[in-house]
Amino acid sequence: MKHTVVALVEDRPGVLNRVASLFRRRGFNIDSLAVGTTEEVGISRMTIVVDGAEGIADQVEKQLDKLIDVIRVEDMTNAEAVVRELALIKVRCATTQRHEVRDLIEIFRAHIVDVSPDHLMVEIAAEQDRMDAFLVNLRPYGILELVRTGRVAMLRGTGTTAVHEDEPEAIERFHMESGRLPEGKLPYVSD
Amino acid sequence: MKMSGADIVLECLKKVGIDTVFGYPGGVVLPLYDRFPAHPEVRHILVRHEQGGGHAADGYARASGRLGCALATSGPGATNLVTAITTAMMDSVPTLFVTGNVSRNLLGKDGFQEADITGITTPIVKHNYLVMRAQDLAYTFAEAAFIAQSGRPGPVHIDIPKDVFQEEAEFEWPTEVKVRGYAANPRIDPDMIARAADIIDAAERPLIIAGHGVILSNASDELRAFAEKTGTPVLNTLLGLGSIRGDHALAYGMLGMHGSYEANHAASNADVIIGIGNRMDDRALGRFADFNPTAKIVHIDIDAAEHGKNITTHAPVLGDAKRVLQVLTPAVKQNTHVEWVRWIDDLRAEHAYSMQIPSGPEISVQYVVNRISQINDEDLVIVTGVGQHQMWAAQHMKFTHPHQLITSGGLGTMGFEVPAAMGAQVACPDATVWSICGDGGFQMTFQELATMVDEHLPVKMAIMNNGYLGMVRQWQELFYKDNYVSVAMSQPDFMKIAEAYGILGIRVTEKEAVDDAIRAANSHNGPVLLDFQVEAEGNVWPMVPAGASLRETVEAPREQQGVNR
Ligand SMILES: Cc1ncc(C[n+]2csc(CCOP(=O)(O)OP(=O)(O)O)c2C)c(N)n1
Ligand SMILES: [Mg+2]
Repeated sequence: MKHTVVALVEDRPGVLNRVASLFRRRGFNIDSLAVGTTEEVGISRMTIVVDGAEGIADQVEKQLDKLIDVIRVEDMTNAEAVVRELALIKVRCATTQRHEVRDLIEIFRAHIVDVSPDHLMVEIAAEQDRMDAFLVNLRPYGILELVRTGRVAMLRGTGTTAVHEDEPEAIERFHMESGRLPEGKLPYVSD
Repeated sequence: MKMSGADIVLECLKKVGIDTVFGYPGGVVLPLYDRFPAHPEVRHILVRHEQGGGHAADGYARASGRLGCALATSGPGATNLVTAITTAMMDSVPTLFVTGNVSRNLLGKDGFQEADITGITTPIVKHNYLVMRAQDLAYTFAEAAFIAQSGRPGPVHIDIPKDVFQEEAEFEWPTEVKVRGYAANPRIDPDMIARAADIIDAAERPLIIAGHGVILSNASDELRAFAEKTGTPVLNTLLGLGSIRGDHALAYGMLGMHGSYEANHAASNADVIIGIGNRMDDRALGRFADFNPTAKIVHIDIDAAEHGKNITTHAPVLGDAKRVLQVLTPAVKQNTHVEWVRWIDDLRAEHAYSMQIPSGPEISVQYVVNRISQINDEDLVIVTGVGQHQMWAAQHMKFTHPHQLITSGGLGTMGFEVPAAMGAQVACPDATVWSICGDGGFQMTFQELATMVDEHLPVKMAIMNNGYLGMVRQWQELFYKDNYVSVAMSQPDFMKIAEAYGILGIRVTEKEAVDDAIRAANSHNGPVLLDFQVEAEGNVWPMVPAGASLRETVEAPREQQGVNR
């Protein structure tokens, strides 16, 4: 089964390596990994699609959360979320075929972003099913090149997976809920 | 105040309470070494190998509960720490490893003695840092010390390029560290407590497995109170030994691959198992799929990732063992389990022979470690290597207090025994420290004898000289049809080694001489090397073959019971 896991991480050198190292070491299978900045300076968001049984997803979440640079982890697999992936596709297309290909593109809500006499470059942002169906339909024309970004996901409604440093109350609540009590007065001595 | 990065590092060490650094110099850390004399509050102990320094920091931390610290230069110095770091990681030991690296402009250029040491340590540390500005040093050390000692403790590594030691910066010690991605002290969830309490109250045959976490969180008193209130027998993992007095009426010793017959069968027949600060490790539990499949599992651990990692957990309780037990004990009913306890007692009586000390004329390891334990006071600190002698020490020595047994459990690192004992002696200068050494393991790291001489560390090192990599030989005998391959070792003359290092050496060849040798070592104010010439082919029993279940605990064949072979 495929699990979609979102991790908010400190935007620091080495953090991608920590996550990759963890997945390699624990034998978790990554289908895709998308990393980018967020609305909050200093926080990056990783969307990871992992393949494995139910127990695996639980371990992925907990092991990720254990990394110091990982701030928050959310399993989006069964959440009410918008899930998208972006692809750029260079497809063979003679001028005579333009019409039918454009029909396809319209049906699948894709866009043409580059044109030459015998090919088109198409951009599509879609959820898994639409993406797969689109590729199946394009394939007969001859796909010359394909690039996909990997899945990203965001909760529908007002709920968020974000962490906002400029909302002290929200962050305090988050710390309390997750046991991240901002303690650690120095010098730290274990009792 | 403005000062060099080197001075900042030394100020930081003082601030986080590190009074001793086990280190080894080299090119890139010279700016730091240059400043040690200006900071006499930080004692630098020159070890003879960085691995020794790392294990010494580990032994220091395990013996005292304080943060241990080791220091090494870049490249080979840093890579020599790797085994020690992994050892500390597997056993959750609060340690700080500091390495130098090449100057910032040379990083990534494969220059002389550059190793990507933070890349190397990433999977074997709790956290690590490459500090690129002197102004970041103070906060980094504060955060590192906090992370190493809080939550589930572990090793933290700080890598510092040479020119960061030389760069000047303002030294500002932070008043607080905030790590937003780190739950040092998880809030105890009342629902989890309630669920655990329900299961515990309904139990007829409950059993506690107490691990290292009880010791790390100083929860011995709470463990005893909980066990007594609920009338629950307590087993220990190897690293949990000492978390409850071995002679407590509810204490039943170690379970696992070389656990007692009664402990392994109690674990297999309990209806509720309460793990406290243990990892549910394969050496303790046997084959996971067959580990008491009908028991309800309550698992108290501060690391959420341990819940359900190896076996299904019915009631995970997230939190520090001490704090959880403080809440859980009042929440459970007072209880006794007379019949269940009697069942285990009967099993213990019926199977006492399976862990008997051999009575024959030859010296056995069981006999020696037991005598060391009997002759010394209760506050004896025991360090071991890895192998048969380690298991016999766990079986036949008395454990009365936490931090008493210092042994590499998770990684099983041979060569740990000598440097870790050295570190323990530094941490506890007035304690009697005995290191139970394998003749194999001793030869991996005994260069630290020189350090002990320099630093006047009166460690008693008892080599269990069986002429074999004994544990491997035992497996070859039992599972590879006596096909001994690369397990017999020719030995150096250990007395000459003692002589070469200028320490007292005692060779023991007769059983009658064992007690006198132990007493002579105790009364000698300096390091002592004892060469106990023990029976060559004794086997550790009982044994759960690797990959078998605890129910399949094998006892010694009749002809081997309680006699030397
Ligand atoms: C560094 C390291 N290398 C190899 C092993 C595998 N190993 C486990 S026990 C053992 C034999 C230990 O021999 P010795 O130190 O003489 O102790 P004995 O078992 O004889 O008491 C070996 C080789 C190990 N645990 N650690
Ligand atoms: Mg040996």
